Amino acid sequence: MSVATRQAPMLKLGVTSFVLLWIFVAAFPFVWTTWGSFKVEGDFFSRETWWNALFGVRTLASTGSAFTGGGYYGAWIESEFWRAVVNTAIVACCVTLISLTFGTLGGYALSRTNHRYKYWILIAALVARAMPHITLVSGYLLPFFQLNIWGYLPTSIIVLVALNQPFTLWMLYSFFIGIPKELDESALVDGCSRFKAFFLTILPVAWPGIVTTGLFSFLLGYNDFAVTSMLLTQENQTMVPKISSFLFKIQSEGHVMYAVAAVVSATVPIFLLVMFFQRQLVAGLTAGAVKG
Amino acid sequence: MTWITLFCYGIWTNAPFSFIVFYAGLQTVSQDALESAMIDGASRLQRIWLVVMPALKPLAVFVALVQLMDNFRVLEPILGFNAAANATSLSYTIYTALNNQSAHMFSSAAATSVLTMICVTLLMLPILIRTAKDFGAQT
Repeated sequence: MSVATRQAPMLKLGVTSFVLLWIFVAAFPFVWTTWGSFKVEGDFFSRETWWNALFGVRTLASTGSAFTGGGYYGAWIESEFWRAVVNTAIVACCVTLISLTFGTLGGYALSRTNHRYKYWILIAALVARAMPHITLVSGYLLPFFQLNIWGYLPTSIIVLVALNQPFTLWMLYSFFIGIPKELDESALVDGCSRFKAFFLTILPVAWPGIVTTGLFSFLLGYNDFAVTSMLLTQENQTMVPKISSFLFKIQSEGHVMYAVAAVVSATVPIFLLVMFFQRQLVAGLTAGAVKG
Repeated sequence: MTWITLFCYGIWTNAPFSFIVFYAGLQTVSQDALESAMIDGASRLQRIWLVVMPALKPLAVFVALVQLMDNFRVLEPILGFNAAANATSLSYTIYTALNNQSAHMFSSAAATSVLTMICVTLLMLPILIRTAKDFGAQT
């Protein structure tokens, strides 16, 4: 550690305690929900005391052990949550792939051109990025009904890609602009075509940026509620709308626990994904977008 | 109370994004500049105020912009917390107009959407002009 970043003891104490506090605040809901998802509804939403959720008094009484997989069984098998998982996987992967294909090509083109329209495209992308997703959905809905393509996965994939494109364009543009032009020029001199130069020299260099952008695209497809809840039929629903439909179907006891179990099932893959990619995520941000 | 819940939830979900971006940004602050500021006798506060902050300024604008855009479209917390009675958002209004079971109110949703778009554009106008000027300076 260099001299400039050395800390006074008091400051260190303050910083450490704030970080510890934030870790607690950030992690507590997840831990609580994961723990509670193995209880019955009477415990997790206990009216008497929240100690019940910790020790599972009623879970013990009704199932015979302190933990129960009832919520998971109900969500995954009875309510066919696995179908939503498959749909989400399809949607998120397709959104990432398509966005990255268009985003890399478009961002590269924008970073290498000198035409004036490039600024207008980028500013238009910025405005489009700012629009709430639901405003666009309200425009799409009626045409989709009339064309009879409402409710299918590809439709919502296209809409999500359209929503995501401004962001990928900006991110990747700022990465490619940081890569010196001499690199692709030397590849061109060596006899590569434009495409070959792009694939063989630019893409490997921009890899951290592409990973970061891809991760954000994936998260957008994965987390989206506004688009998928409006554009998909009951059978084609992705995870998030499915969870909300569990939450609002509270006539029978235990359904809320389906939602809790489903929430935990939806969080775990994202947790693992981000843990796995965290290094690239920060590296990507440092290399590109952050330089502004 | 609903408002406080919404604020807390919003901070809880959105702050980590700023953390990551600033964390990445802090790594790009030049160590040399920090050390030379130290040699020149700058105190800790002065170093933060005069070296680190200016270096992070464009980043702060970027984060503010993204957070503004993201929180303008707030919808899920309002649905999730059943907060509509006390606090609604434009997105929520559109959502309910579209989601109405008895009659789809497309035109009302479209009208709200157009109003929302105008609001967003107005909100972003200063930043847009700045970006355009930056681009102008580059050419």
